[in-house]
Amino acid sequence: MLVIQIVSGIFLVMHYKPDAEMAFASVEYIMRDVPYGWLIRYMHSTGATAFFVVVYLHMLRALMYGSYKKPRELIWLFGMFIYLVLMAEAFMGYLLPWGQMSYWGAQVIISLFGAIPVIGDELTLWIRGDYVISDATLNRFFSLHVIALPLVLLFLVVAHILALHEVGSNNPDGVEIKKNKDENGIPLDGIPFHPYYTVKDIVGVVVFLFFFATVLFFFPDGGGYLLEHANFVASDPLKTPEHIAPVWYFTPFYAILRAVPDKLLGVGAMGAAIVLLFFMPWIDRCKVRSIRYRSNIYKINLAMFVVSFVVLGWLAMQHVTATITLLSQVFSLLYFAFFVVLFITSKNEKTKPVPDRVT
Amino acid sequence: MKKQLLTILMSVVPTVTLAAGGGVHLDDAPIDIADMESVKRGAKHFVDYCLSCHEASYMRYNRIAMDTGMSDGELRENLIFTTNEKGEPTKVGSLMKVAMTDEYAKKAFGTEVPDLTLSARARGADWLYTYLRTFYVDPDRPTGMNNLVFPDVSMPNVLGSLQGLQKAVYKTETRQGVEVETVDKLELAQPGTMTAEEFDAFVADLVNFMVYLGEPVQNERRSLGIKVLIFLVIFGVLAYLLKKEYWKDVH
Repeated sequence: MLVIQIVSGIFLVMHYKPDAEMAFASVEYIMRDVPYGWLIRYMHSTGATAFFVVVYLHMLRALMYGSYKKPRELIWLFGMFIYLVLMAEAFMGYLLPWGQMSYWGAQVIISLFGAIPVIGDELTLWIRGDYVISDATLNRFFSLHVIALPLVLLFLVVAHILALHEVGSNNPDGVEIKKNKDENGIPLDGIPFHPYYTVKDIVGVVVFLFFFATVLFFFPDGGGYLLEHANFVASDPLKTPEHIAPVWYFTPFYAILRAVPDKLLGVGAMGAAIVLLFFMPWIDRCKVRSIRYRSNIYKINLAMFVVSFVVLGWLAMQHVTATITLLSQVFSLLYFAFFVVLFITSKNEKTKPVPDRVT
Repeated sequence: MKKQLLTILMSVVPTVTLAAGGGVHLDDAPIDIADMESVKRGAKHFVDYCLSCHEASYMRYNRIAMDTGMSDGELRENLIFTTNEKGEPTKVGSLMKVAMTDEYAKKAFGTEVPDLTLSARARGADWLYTYLRTFYVDPDRPTGMNNLVFPDVSMPNVLGSLQGLQKAVYKTETRQGVEVETVDKLELAQPGTMTAEEFDAFVADLVNFMVYLGEPVQNERRSLGIKVLIFLVIFGVLAYLLKKEYWKDVH
C-alpha cells in the first residue's frame, strides 16, 4: 500500500502545481490531458482509503490476538506512531486538490488548534503561515505531504519491522513459538516465511486488489464519501459549503469532538481517544494474549468497542441534530468505556488454559 | 430555518411564498453515458445554449471530437464558433473558455458565472436534469423567472424559448405552525417551440453531455476495469492453487 501511494504520488507530483491559482486546474489537467493520469490519480485517492482500511484491520487483529502485549510493546508503539503520521499525511494530502472540501475541511481542523489556551491563536497562525488558509498553507502542506512525512513513515515502517524481527510474529493462539525448538534451533511450531507466507500472501494481495480495483474503476468517488461532491468545486474562501465532514477514516474521532459541547474539552477528548490506544499494552493487564482463550467480558468489550467506532464514524457524516448529538455522546462514552472496563477487569480475568504449542 | 424565519418576518404579506429549498424532489435523469450519439447532440446543445456565458475551462474541444469520433473539420463546423484575441478561429486543442470576465458577469447577473466542467460531479445528473426543467415565472425576480431546485437563482431561463413558460400552482401548507404557500406543481402557460417530450429529450442529451464532461474518461475507465478484474480472478485462482500445493504438508 505504501509502495502504491509513493509510486503513484511520484507521478502525480510530476504534473501537479502547488499554487492556489493553479492547483485545482492542474488536478483536472491530470484527469484529462495526462495519459492515464486519471488512473494514477484514482489509484492515489482510492489508495488513501485502502491504506486506512488495511491499517484498521491490522490494528483490530492486534487487539484480537493481543499482539501488543509483552514482549511486543515496542512494535505496537511504532505502529501507533505510523498511524498518527498517516493521519497527518492524509490530512495534508487532502488539501492539495484545493477544492471546497479541501479548503474548508482544513480550515475546521486547523482551527481546532486554536482551542489550546494561551498559544492557540499563535499556533494556528504558525501552522497556516497566514491568517486564513492560503497559498502559503498549500505550499507547506505540499512539502510536508510529499517529502517530510513520507520520510518519517518509511523510517517508522523500518523500525516497526525491525522490532518485529527481534521477537518474532505472534499467532492466533498467542503462543511463543520460540520456546519449543528442535536440535538445530528452529522453532518446532514455526514455518519459514518463504515459500509458505509468500505464496499465502499473494492470495491475500490478489483478494485485496480485487476490491481495490472494483472501487478504483467503478466507484472512484465512492458515492461522495471518498471524493466528496463539494470537492469538485474550486475552493472559494467566501463560500462555506453547507455540510463539512472529514473523509471517513477520520470520522470516528470527529464525532467524539462534536459530541463534547466545549471546544477545548472536545479537542482533549478527541486527542485522548487516540492517545489511549498507545497505552494498550499497559491498560490490558491480562497475561493471556489471544481472544481464543480470554473471557467473555473481553470478547463483549472488544465487540462494543468496534461497534462504537463504526457507529461514531457514521454519526460524524450526518447533519447535526439533537438526536445525532445525543447518540454521539452515548457512543463516545462507550468508546472510552472500553479502556476503563479493560483496565479494571483484565488483571483478574478468568481465562481458559493456553496450550503450550500451536494447535 | 433562520432564513425562512427571516423571510417570514420581513415580508409584508401575511402568507409568504417559499420554494422548497433542499427537500425538492429530483427527477431521474434518463441518461446513458455509453450513448455517444446522445453525448454528441448534448455537446451541440451545450455550445449553443450554455457556452456563451458558462465556461468549461478544464476541457479541450478536440477531446470531445476524439471521444465521439468527430473529425477536426466536423468539430469546427459544429462546436467552435469563437475566435481568439487576434480574431483567428479558436484552435481545436483550446480549452472551452469564454471571453466574459467575472467583473462583467457581476454587473450583468449579480454573481460570477460558475464553470460547468465539473458541475455534474458536484451536483449530480438528476439535479441538473430537474433544475433545467423547473424554471417558472416569478415577477419578483430580476430575470422574471425563478427555479424550483435552485430558488432565487440568478441565471435567466435560457431554454425558455424551447420549453415555453411555466407557471407555478401554489398550495397552502402549515409548517411549524406557520401558514406558507408552497409550489405544488408547474404548468405550461405559454408553449415553446418544442413539445414536452422533445424538450425532456433535449435536456437529457444536454445532461448526458455534462456527465461526460465531468469525467471524459469514464467509459474507458469501466472497460479497463472489467479487464483488470477478469485478470485478477484468473490470477487469484492460480495463486490459491499454488498456496494449497505448498501448504498441504503443514497442519
